[in-house]
This record gives sequence, C-alpha cells and structure tokens, in this order.
Amino acid sequence: MAYTKRLDGRGMKEFRPIVAKAGVIKNADGSGYFKIGNTVAYAAVYGPRELHPKFLQDPSTGILRCNYNMMPFSGMGNRVKPGQNRRAKEISMVTEKALLPVVDLREFPNAVVDVFIELPQTDAGSRCAGICAASIALADAGIPMKDLVSAVSVGTVDGTIVVDLDYLEEAYECEQGVADIPIAYIPSTQEISLLQMDGEITKDMLVEALKIGEEACKEIIEIQKRALKEKYSVSGEGNE
Amino acid sequence: MNKKNPVRDHLLKMLDAGIRLDGRKADEIRTVEVTYGISNTAEGSALVKIGDTQVVAGVKLSVEKPFPDTPDEGIIMVNAELLPLSSSRFESGPPSIEAIELARVVDRGLRESKALDVKKLCLKKGEKVWGVSMDLCTINDAGNLLDAAGLAAIAALQDTVFPSYDGIEVNYKEKTGEKLPLSKTPIPFTVLKVGKYYIVDPLQEEMECFDARLTVTTTADGTICSLQKGGDAALTVEDIDTMIGLSLEKAEVLRNSL
Repeated sequence: MAYTKRLDGRGMKEFRPIVAKAGVIKNADGSGYFKIGNTVAYAAVYGPRELHPKFLQDPSTGILRCNYNMMPFSGMGNRVKPGQNRRAKEISMVTEKALLPVVDLREFPNAVVDVFIELPQTDAGSRCAGICAASIALADAGIPMKDLVSAVSVGTVDGTIVVDLDYLEEAYECEQGVADIPIAYIPSTQEISLLQMDGEITKDMLVEALKIGEEACKEIIEIQKRALKEKYSVSGEGNE
Repeated sequence: MNKKNPVRDHLLKMLDAGIRLDGRKADEIRTVEVTYGISNTAEGSALVKIGDTQVVAGVKLSVEKPFPDTPDEGIIMVNAELLPLSSSRFESGPPSIEAIELARVVDRGLRESKALDVKKLCLKKGEKVWGVSMDLCTINDAGNLLDAAGLAAIAALQDTVFPSYDGIEVNYKEKTGEKLPLSKTPIPFTVLKVGKYYIVDPLQEEMECFDARLTVTTTADGTICSLQKGGDAALTVEDIDTMIGLSLEKAEVLRNSL
C-alpha cells in the first residue's frame, strides 16, 4: 500500500497551518512566535551583550549562542525533565549553525547574541519551528542579517515525498518506512543551512525532497516577513 | 535592601503623591488575563498575564508509586523554571533560590489548602497513585512572577483532564473528560512594604527596592493557607495585619479572573 492520502488529509506538499508573530516578549531585544500545526515555539533574543566567561569572547566578532528547550509538559507522552539533555544540546548547536550564515556580528566584538527558544507544546518539527521563530526574533532585535532563515521538515512516508511531517507520520508503520529530513533554507543564496535525517532514502529521492523543501521554505519565509511587517507597520499594534 | 537606591527614593516620592512608577495607585493591580489550554501536550495548562508579566503553567499526570508514609495519597510536585527567555536577569542552569522559593510557596498553598483531594488520586493503596506534576514557566518577567505563577497553577489544575489508564499504561492521546478532584482556589498574593507604604502587584523595578515582602495564600472563604515573608526588613504585627487584610481583599480580583 503506497502512501496516497496523508493521515490528516493534507496535500503531500502542504505544510500545516502557520501563525507567526513578532515582538511577543517585551523584555527581550527581539522576539518571535511560530506555530505550525500543533507545534509552538517562542524565541527571544538578548543582545548583543557582554559575554561571560571572558575566555569565550572573540575580539574579531560577536558570537551567536542558541538555546533550545522543551517545556516539561510539551512532549507527547511523559513529562520531560527540565534542564538540557543531550537532544536539546544537539538541537541548540544545529540551530546555531542554521542561523549563523545570515547574521553578521562583526560590529560587536567580544559580545554575544543570545537566542532562547522555548516550546510549550510539540507535535514534531520543533527544531524547524524554533529556527523560524528565532529568525523572526533576530530580525526584530535589529541584528544585522543578510536574509531570514526558514525551516521545515521534508521526508518520505512509504515512498511518497511529503512536507512537514507531524508526529503520527513520523511514527507511521509501513513497508518502505519513514524518512524525516529537517532543513533550513536561506532564500537569497539558495543555500541549505540545516540538514539532518532519520530514516532511509535513496539519493534521487533525497534530492527531490530537498527541492520540494526549498519551495515550502520560500512560502514560509513570506509568512515570517509578514509577521515582522505587521509589527512595524504604522497601523499595526506593536508589542502584544 | 539598599536604602541609597535612587529608584527607591523616586518611588517613595511618587507614593507621597499617591502614585507608583507606572502611574498606578499603591493598591492597584494591573490588568489580569487568564487563557486556558495553551498546551495540548499537557493534561492541563494556562497562560496568565498580569500587565506585561506572562507565566505559563502546565500539568502532566502520571501513575507513580506512592510515598511509604502516605500510601493512599496522590503525589503533587511543583517546579518553576525562570526561563532566560523571559528576562536578562535569568540564566540557564540549575534552579536559582528565587525559582525554588517561588515553586515552594505555590506548592505549599496547594498542599496546605487541601485544594486537591489527594486520597481520590489513589489507584491502588501502597502501589499506584496519580502523580500531578506542575511546571511553571516564565515567558516575560515584568514583576510579580509569584502571584502570576500561583494563579496560572490553579488555572492549569482547573483545566486538567485525566488521560485514559487501563491499569497498566497511561494513554496520553486519549482524554477521559474526567477532571481533577479540585475543590478550592488557593491564590497567593504578594504585598510589599516600601518605607511606610504597602504596594501590591509590584513591577520588577519595585521588586528591586522594597523593604519587606509578604506573600499570603488564601482560599475563597478567607482561610489563610500559607505565608512567606521576604525581604531584609522585619515587620510588626500591625504591618502583618494590614498586609494580610490587603491580600484577602485583592486576591479576589485574581480569583475573579479564573
């Protein structure tokens, strides 16, 4: 049985409904909110600010530091113990690498720009939602950027390429299995800055999936831009 | 607290004129808003906004082995995460004393008021009981996190629905519609003393220059179920009398937003 109809009835290349906002956390220098289906991410940017401990400082540029964290009640099953586990540490690191190509912190030697990503509820795709929220937050904070970054997961379910897998799809049991490929995309340079995969896939299918992912990201980036424009438009309300 | 603090001097001058740093009266609470069900992965959740302060509370239920000294009682656990996302004051890492105190004060209010009938959370005496894990996460800290967290906690408990349990495994995807055995609404309320003045619902700036603090948790019938004094200065019985009176009166505003 090939995967011809998605579990939630979406089109194969259709991502879940998105809500994006900028400026949702007043204390932060910039902030973003990104909801895709049932996955919700908040991101707050603090900085550029002084970096401690001092030995981490770089006199040639400011550094970007990302911190991804699931709230204890945000998992599908049991409570997630608070504090950074191995998974959260790894995601924080790849998030940083996904955003790094677009930010330019050379104006801020020895400083740090901190990005905090928090998830109150998740249904797969949380690192991608976090990157989208973080990208909005960095722009909202006025950090020099070459572009926004957009992210979504693509993959295959029983041999069919789909965009934005949810939890049920990730766990779907089928003959040809499931491949889950979170990507982050920089539209202006047409480059992919996050690439991971779980599952099995052929080279041809992977390249095809990446192309489809790029198209999805181009649509998502418009939603991110709209969130920023809404905050800064004259008629729009500023902070929530 | 530092008596040379210029913010404190300014605040006292303003209080002489009858107002606070943001133009409020001493006993005036900012706009309170409670949103239920903000996390569908939690069994119950709520977002509380008091002015610009935002706190979310989430409840997870699980089947646990009871403590040996209370074999027929469910387990309540309250934890607070003062997220670095919510303020430049907070850092990642193990919980600070501020987070521990906040969680413990909210915990005591829930426990001592007997708001939750823990006996009804018993599944099999000495073997299986429901564990109620409450996590309080700050989204934006504009002062008075404790009162916001306390209100969010009770709202999240009201929102909580049991997942299905077949005696072996909890199925989190299947909600039963059954609510927690919750009969009361203990609300912590904080009053600060600055100079000769008492102020409620403090801003973060005000929380950095007070003399003494008293958090009073009360239920709807006016019973006091927990107290926590903070700050460097001591209080007289008259002070305490006035501050509790203020808490009893003003906690109603928070309770009415549930």
